[in-house]
Amino acid sequence: MPFSFTAVGALVLRYVFLYTRHPVRFVELVFWPLVDLLVWGFLTIYLQQQAAGGFPTTLTFLLGGMILWDVLFRSQQGVAISFLEDVWTRNLLNVFVAPVRTVEYVAATCLVGVLRVVVTLLVLALVAALAYGFNLTTFGWSLLPFLANLMLFGWFLGMVSTALIMRWGQAAESLAWAVPFFIQPLAAVFYPLSVLPAWLQPVARALPCTPIFEGMRSVLAGQTTPWGYIQQALLLNLAWGVAAALFFAINLRYVRKTGLLVKVATQ
Amino acid sequence: MAGRDALAIGTGNFAPVVHALQMLHVTPILEADRLVKVYGSLTALDGLSLAVAPGESLGLLGVNGAGKTTAMNLLLGLTTPTSGMVRIFGLDLWQHRIEILRQINFSSAYASLPSNLLVWQNLTVFARLYGVARPKQRIAELLELLDITHLRHAVTGKLSAGESTRVNLAKALLNEPRLLLLDEPTASLDPDIADRVRKLLRKLQQENGLSILYTSHNMRDIEEVCDRIVFLHGGKVLAEGSPGEIYARFNRTSLEDLFIGLARGEVESIGIK
Repeated sequence: MPFSFTAVGALVLRYVFLYTRHPVRFVELVFWPLVDLLVWGFLTIYLQQQAAGGFPTTLTFLLGGMILWDVLFRSQQGVAISFLEDVWTRNLLNVFVAPVRTVEYVAATCLVGVLRVVVTLLVLALVAALAYGFNLTTFGWSLLPFLANLMLFGWFLGMVSTALIMRWGQAAESLAWAVPFFIQPLAAVFYPLSVLPAWLQPVARALPCTPIFEGMRSVLAGQTTPWGYIQQALLLNLAWGVAAALFFAINLRYVRKTGLLVKVATQ
Repeated sequence: MAGRDALAIGTGNFAPVVHALQMLHVTPILEADRLVKVYGSLTALDGLSLAVAPGESLGLLGVNGAGKTTAMNLLLGLTTPTSGMVRIFGLDLWQHRIEILRQINFSSAYASLPSNLLVWQNLTVFARLYGVARPKQRIAELLELLDITHLRHAVTGKLSAGESTRVNLAKALLNEPRLLLLDEPTASLDPDIADRVRKLLRKLQQENGLSILYTSHNMRDIEEVCDRIVFLHGGKVLAEGSPGEIYARFNRTSLEDLFIGLARGEVESIGIK
């Protein structure tokens, strides 16, 4: 039987029902990103004032980094939190005995990640434009491959987070939030890769998001679309995608074998 | 049910059951063959074989830790067996998982529908997951059948235990399953609602030829709903037969009496060899 888009649609429908029934859930999507945006926005205004116009592009570097980082984070959250919602509501057993393939379940969580990114991105873009005059279209056509690569990497991190939660149970649910922040210091989000110690740079270069943030800075510095960085991110994403899928599959097999899947679902 | 008496063989070895079904040219709806599940040093299930015939209701009984839940999880494909095989509708569970899951369903006291959605929203999602042709109509039919039409717009998390069980049953019947696996479905229900649920299950079984695999600690449930019983103890089949046969065999007045005997380690004294 082929991949079922109906099953994916049904799983996504749950979240549409959830968010439309509880508009307060949108606060989670909007509140924290807005807080981040305001903090980074005012901090950089202050830095600009202190430097008396010495580094005029800093503001856009920091805001661009913050907004693009949030794309990665929301995408990862879409996958990991969707799984946790099923655990929290003790619905996981119902889903795992329904005719849903694992790939369909993961695809649905990825799609939820896209929806979360769209909502957050629209709000951040609007507020950044109004409050700080920062326009996302500054990135030009680079924006699309930037977003696509960050969303892909977010999905893969989400799959890794979910696999770890399946394996270690609800006690490990904080990983759903923590995993992206493990890599943030290395991802060169707010500063160039060259700032990192030399021994850490190869590790940072292995992350698909690092070339995207490097590319973002080059675009904001007035250079053309950084195809080299985009290509590098895409190749790294391919490798990470294969690794994340394998890690997820191996863990799923393990939790089925050890009974941990049922334990997580019924605890 | 034709051939039911032929199936009531109290050996704990289900090869004769499968053989009897084959003689009748009937493929068992569910067949487990020498299922073993080992967790580290613990053997949770030790060579369980069982078969459920079309239209039959089979009860899995046992004290805590007997292996009922392990068996149920293996039969649902939630856990992989250490060895042994599960066939449903004559198909290998792991090779035809999706095809099989489309035609079976499950309800458990240990699984709930998302509490933050309305009843109709939850049922709509599962109707789509199971590919139900006319979801709205089917949901309306089931709500009426289970006498919970008034709960259509209720928040699932605010339902009473009895209402919640009936909504879970509605979910379990959405796809008109050929096989229903029920894990203690009447746990925490008051006697009136439990009685209604039992009668409903019996009715569905008789009218629609539904096959049921049922685990419960409630002996009345088992006696009323199940045609045959499999007693599990320490991961093994201790006894198997119709409730009546079991009484006669162990010279007991009720299943509950037998259950208590098993739980208290009086197995030898009540005649199980």
